[in-house]
Amino acid sequence: MHTEKPKNSFEPKIIAFVCTWCTYAGADLAGTSRMQYPSNVRVLKFPCTGRIDPVFILKAFQQGADGVLVSGCHPGDCHYIAGNFHARRRFAAFRKLLEFIGVDLNRLQFSWVSAAEGGKWVEVVTDLTERVRSMGPMVEFKELAMEEQWSGTIDTPELKEAYNQI
Amino acid sequence: MSRIGVFICHCGENISRTVDVARVAAEVGKLPGVAFSTDYKYMCSDPGQTLLKKTIQDQKLSHVVVAACSPRMHERTFRKAVEAAGLNPFLCEMANIREHCSWVHENIEEATVKATEIVGMMVERVKKNRVLPTITVPVTKRSLVIGGGIAGIQAALDIADGGHEVILVEREPSIGGHMAQLSETFPTLDCSQCIMTPKMVDVANHPKITLYTYSEIELVEGYIGNFQITIRKKARSVDEDKCTGCGVCMTKCPIKKIPNKFDCNLGMRPAIYVPFPQAVPNTPVIDRDNCTKFKTGKCGLCQKVCGPGAVDYEQEDTLIVEPVGAIVVATGFDLYTIAEKPKGSPIKGYGEFGHGKIPDVIDGMTFERLASASGPTGGKILRPSDGKEPKQIVFIQCIGSRAREKGISYCSKVCCMYTAKHTMLYHHKVHDGQAYVFFMDARTPGKSYDEFWRRSIEEEEAVYIRGMVSRLYQKGKKIVVMGSDIAVGVQVEIEADMVVLATAIQPQAGADTLAQKLGISYDKYNFYSEAHAKLRPVECATAGIYLAGACQGPKDIPDTVSQASAAAAKVMALFSKDKLEREPIVARVKESACVGCFACKKVCAYGAIEEKEIRDRQGNLVKVVAYVNPGVCSGCGTCQATCPSKCVELDGYTDEQIVAMIEAL
Repeated sequence: MHTEKPKNSFEPKIIAFVCTWCTYAGADLAGTSRMQYPSNVRVLKFPCTGRIDPVFILKAFQQGADGVLVSGCHPGDCHYIAGNFHARRRFAAFRKLLEFIGVDLNRLQFSWVSAAEGGKWVEVVTDLTERVRSMGPMVEFKELAMEEQWSGTIDTPELKEAYNQI
Repeated sequence: MSRIGVFICHCGENISRTVDVARVAAEVGKLPGVAFSTDYKYMCSDPGQTLLKKTIQDQKLSHVVVAACSPRMHERTFRKAVEAAGLNPFLCEMANIREHCSWVHENIEEATVKATEIVGMMVERVKKNRVLPTITVPVTKRSLVIGGGIAGIQAALDIADGGHEVILVEREPSIGGHMAQLSETFPTLDCSQCIMTPKMVDVANHPKITLYTYSEIELVEGYIGNFQITIRKKARSVDEDKCTGCGVCMTKCPIKKIPNKFDCNLGMRPAIYVPFPQAVPNTPVIDRDNCTKFKTGKCGLCQKVCGPGAVDYEQEDTLIVEPVGAIVVATGFDLYTIAEKPKGSPIKGYGEFGHGKIPDVIDGMTFERLASASGPTGGKILRPSDGKEPKQIVFIQCIGSRAREKGISYCSKVCCMYTAKHTMLYHHKVHDGQAYVFFMDARTPGKSYDEFWRRSIEEEEAVYIRGMVSRLYQKGKKIVVMGSDIAVGVQVEIEADMVVLATAIQPQAGADTLAQKLGISYDKYNFYSEAHAKLRPVECATAGIYLAGACQGPKDIPDTVSQASAAAAKVMALFSKDKLEREPIVARVKESACVGCFACKKVCAYGAIEEKEIRDRQGNLVKVVAYVNPGVCSGCGTCQATCPSKCVELDGYTDEQIVAMIEAL
């Protein structure tokens, strides 16, 4: 399929958080149309991009994702009136935070894919997969994940002390 | 400990061709909590569902994962089966290994690994699923039909004949739509107005139909069974209750030279007008942009001559709120204008064939008005430029349609047939005239359609030339049409008196804005998307909203009427129940953790979040917390992602479930 062999031939793990009304349906359409794309992506369905907590993205990186895709309805097309606008705001702020802590934003992609855009889904997924493949594995969060659990259990002495003082 | 049953479907060969289903079943069977796993040829078939039910009972399963097609396809099927076996339907999840896996990957190894992971992810998710009670909501047995063309009229009449109230909303001053503009219809050549106007009158007289013309949808709130529709009734400047439709105002109006849109700007109308004589309702409307009274404050003649005193210059737009349970969208089509790029349209302007520049190059709808007995020429085919009868006429098909480089890749479906009809109408009216047709392909599937097309060639002497036109220019009073006949391999040059372009069909302007108000999806051309291309062609993915006619895709009249009746049948099926079960995917607040910041309330688009006071036994106020009204909540979950203390939870999409899925990867 690829004429040139990519620099890093490792298989990246891509996690996609999508809304059920537009992008999930668009991905279904890509299937119904028998389009082909890399098998690296795993899709998690949400009712709306508004439901997607930025914590999930962190969690995905911690769990070993090399790239994350968040995709929903085009602006104005949200099935829930304005959920995608809330998502857009949330992620605009969240990107800055990720950048601040040193995550390469090329690993994180936001897009709008409608229920009729099977081809766009294929394009977005393929682009992200190839981009992340050329970037190599994401290691930072995997190391972090060893140290800390997302569940919020307080297990460092400093945190425990701080907690007791409250 | 959960006892999960996993069922992997082969879907005939659709899944098993690229996914090693037996291996997936074996791998998944090793996961903790999985008590049973198997693969089966067709899970959705009757024996497949029986297998599912029997296994739930025999193996005492606590949760079920069906790995098959998209949940958008069969989630309801399997949840019903699970319920029949005595489990709560929300303890069943589907893993999509067809649309998201077997159909999009060719490599068996990769697809099998991916399928195993997808199923594994759903196994972890289903462990965290909770029993959810079904929520029942009442059904308002009234329906809204948007658009008063043949689709809307048919749907409204069918629903109303079924005994339910219908609100019919039309943007123009009269119902009738494009069909009222047509002269005669293929393949029977019966007069469009003769079959259309009785239906329009039926709508006006039907006791169950409330008609709002010159009105638009302002706002749509609510959900299936319980919509609240706000309709903007634009100021007509004529009181519909008082007006008798005598028409004196129109004859007395001093402004008479306004091009009539209904006649494709060929005929003229006054500033107070009905679009055409058979309009329903037969109540005039004042075109405020062109009326002297509204422009200068002087005149007022129509008010003086109006016997019943119906003319009201002070009238304002009114907003009407109507509760309905179902919506039929039938907004129809518009013709692609090649003269210029339509504003906001994804479609590029054509800018060829001199349309808009050469007066005798017209589109198909303009030809319909010329041929119509009630049209501006009284049914005579006359050139717009000098009113003479064209002796040589050229029809060019596929203008815009099937032209990917111009932005439209689809076939407009009706042009082959209506061009054949046009050649016949022309031949019937201009006996010594000659019609030429440039075409790429003739597409005539449909009952009696091909016979009709052949008749235009064999009996009505139309000359069909396979090939497109390369150049078209005005030469004196003639239009020179140059093209190639690829069947014979020669260049053709015709000196025509008139050229008719079969321009593409596209959705009405503003179709996207309406879709956004309704919350339904549409494609890149703004045609509305059906829930399933084959099995649910009249339903939207949004429950309670149905489609009819060309707003969903180019359609001829028989198809439009069929779809409208089908949509009506869907509405009637919905109205056959007093209560409706809806998915219990609603948000809930953990009151003990809620601090009452109401960030959730700010982001809720539905106003579902209320303030609730928590009091102690003495009645002292302890705190104010958020409360989600389950009847209003639509289940988007924006509140949950927003809540800083994570105390709102969306049933079916809890943090626990999502995190379990991410951790499984």
